[in-house]
Amino acid sequence: MSDYILEVDHLKQYFPVRVGMMKTVPLKAVDDVSFRIGHGETLGLVGESGCGKTTVGRSILRLYEPTGGTVKFDGEEITSKNIGPMRRRMQMVFQDPYSSLDPRMTVEDIIGEPLDVHHLYGNRKERREKILHLMELVGLNAEHATRYAHEFSGGQRQRIGIARALAVDPAFIVCDEPVSALDVSIQAQVINMFEDLQAQLGVAYLFVAHDLLVVHHISKRIAVMYLGHIVETADADELMDVPMHPYTQSLLSAVPIPDPNTARERKRIVLEGDVPSPLKMPTGCPFRTRCRYATEQCAAESPRLTDRGNGHEVACWNK
Amino acid sequence: MSENGYEHLLSVKDLHTSFFTDNGEVQAVNGVSFNLDAGKVLGIVGESGSGKSVTAYSVMQILADTGKITQGEVLYKGDNITKWGERQMRSFRGKCCSIIFQDPMTSLNPVFTVGNQIMEAIVLHTEKRGQAARDRALEMLQLVGINEPDKRLKQYPYELSGGMRQRVMIAMALACEPDVLIADEPTTALDVTIQAQILELMQDLQKKMGMAIVMVTHDLGVIAEMCDEIIVMYGGRICERGTADEIFYNPKHEYTKGLLRSIPDIKNMKERLIPISGTPINMLNMPKGCAFCPRCDSAMKICLEAVPEEIRINENHLASCWCNVRDARKNGEGAAEK
Repeated sequence: MSDYILEVDHLKQYFPVRVGMMKTVPLKAVDDVSFRIGHGETLGLVGESGCGKTTVGRSILRLYEPTGGTVKFDGEEITSKNIGPMRRRMQMVFQDPYSSLDPRMTVEDIIGEPLDVHHLYGNRKERREKILHLMELVGLNAEHATRYAHEFSGGQRQRIGIARALAVDPAFIVCDEPVSALDVSIQAQVINMFEDLQAQLGVAYLFVAHDLLVVHHISKRIAVMYLGHIVETADADELMDVPMHPYTQSLLSAVPIPDPNTARERKRIVLEGDVPSPLKMPTGCPFRTRCRYATEQCAAESPRLTDRGNGHEVACWNK
Repeated sequence: MSENGYEHLLSVKDLHTSFFTDNGEVQAVNGVSFNLDAGKVLGIVGESGSGKSVTAYSVMQILADTGKITQGEVLYKGDNITKWGERQMRSFRGKCCSIIFQDPMTSLNPVFTVGNQIMEAIVLHTEKRGQAARDRALEMLQLVGINEPDKRLKQYPYELSGGMRQRVMIAMALACEPDVLIADEPTTALDVTIQAQILELMQDLQKKMGMAIVMVTHDLGVIAEMCDEIIVMYGGRICERGTADEIFYNPKHEYTKGLLRSIPDIKNMKERLIPISGTPINMLNMPKGCAFCPRCDSAMKICLEAVPEEIRINENHLASCWCNVRDARKNGEGAAEK
């Protein structure tokens, strides 16, 4: 057994984008991303839309064929050849509980499909028992088994999606914005369930989300992405208390805090302008066009992630 | 009554709005009342289906064809605008009261330029025509912090980013200097750093122009940062209302309490969340008593049977929960009696 359940090294994911008749240019959705996730641990991946956080999750599971870099699962490198059996141990929960469930399948068949694909039962009775056990695990009633997805509310659908991911008894799940489509009062139910399942089954998560409060709550470590790059990673509490990268600092200061006194006291660092297009990536540091501290060095050379103690890694020339 | 001859700038009294669907009548708003004075920010918070957006649409009278205000009044400077005809309403919208919608992608017209759309409102409501209207549109784009406003005037919405489109929406809404701005989830579709820009801009403009804002959102964080007063809605009714401090630090309705418990606490992040049990309300099948009763841990027998009256907690705080009535009786205060 390897020290880490997942080791991602220099992952690159470029998509060709057509400009004009014949020419294509690469859109660098993910550029040189590396991180590790320990057994039974949660890594939170945050960033704004278009920063490549969802693409990272999908590239790990080979829903896209990565342009470069390696992904090791439990010490073994994932290739397009062995991904089939590998998916028995890594799964995904999607953002939209409405479009990620087949409307023509019953709950029983949705949860049973991974079992069918990987031949994980001996007979029909065993299949049914496994499905009912999974439903119980995520807090659905046995009588829901014969219903269709449209009969459920958003929170319940997300439970179905989670049960489907758990069916193959995975060691690692990519959770792609699993609670952002849910109402606040339902979010807490699903977040608690993720935590309970981790304690019970020892599964590791890559928790991709844009809600920093939720990510902070659930994650052991957090990685912050900007324009396809990880700009900072640290323990969740450390990152929240002493953010070092200027982007992380402004991101944290921009999060609305549901507490009037804190909201009144603190000062927002409002960033100027918009995120540059990933097709016209700035030279050097991707954040320099909006950064208060940008210097000539930032334009010339891209900073690398370096450890500043306690595993707090930052990619910035000035910090 | 003030010297202007009216009590409040905007006053909603016992508003009922229903949608008549094939499956029956849906009472989306059920007896909502509030007052808004110039220069104030009122927050309406609730989850999907709580009736917060329908309340805003009812004020503007921009409900879908199946929707109808069945009871109650909306007083703008003392006039009951629910009695107004379509012509009068057209002069009300945009000039007296404007609205910004959640989704800047779909609420701008894709086939007209940005300048064209801002000028439409100006030409409709003011004396300005031609170059004067154009100048005003340019001035508005500058005011909302759009770079190169000259160029943007000639651009189409698809050429702008989400944050920029929302700025255009705000420019359009404020072009005729309305007294009231209704913002229906204005930042929900935006990223946090862009959200911060837009909230900052709204606060800034409010100080400059002195309008009143009704902020409709599900995000307790946005509410805490922006609002003087807060209304919490559930199932088409108001559960609780009060100043921001009262609602966040002294919640008196079980739903508000549950809502605040179910979000991560910034001071104690690793503490387990306490969710509200059950599923969101089905508006076609409303409970007879308190709307929140089926999900409430402290529900009593009376909660099933009767809708709780709104009682005063203190001068800045009102709540509609039977628990308060019970507690008040326990303390022997006759004031809380119905």
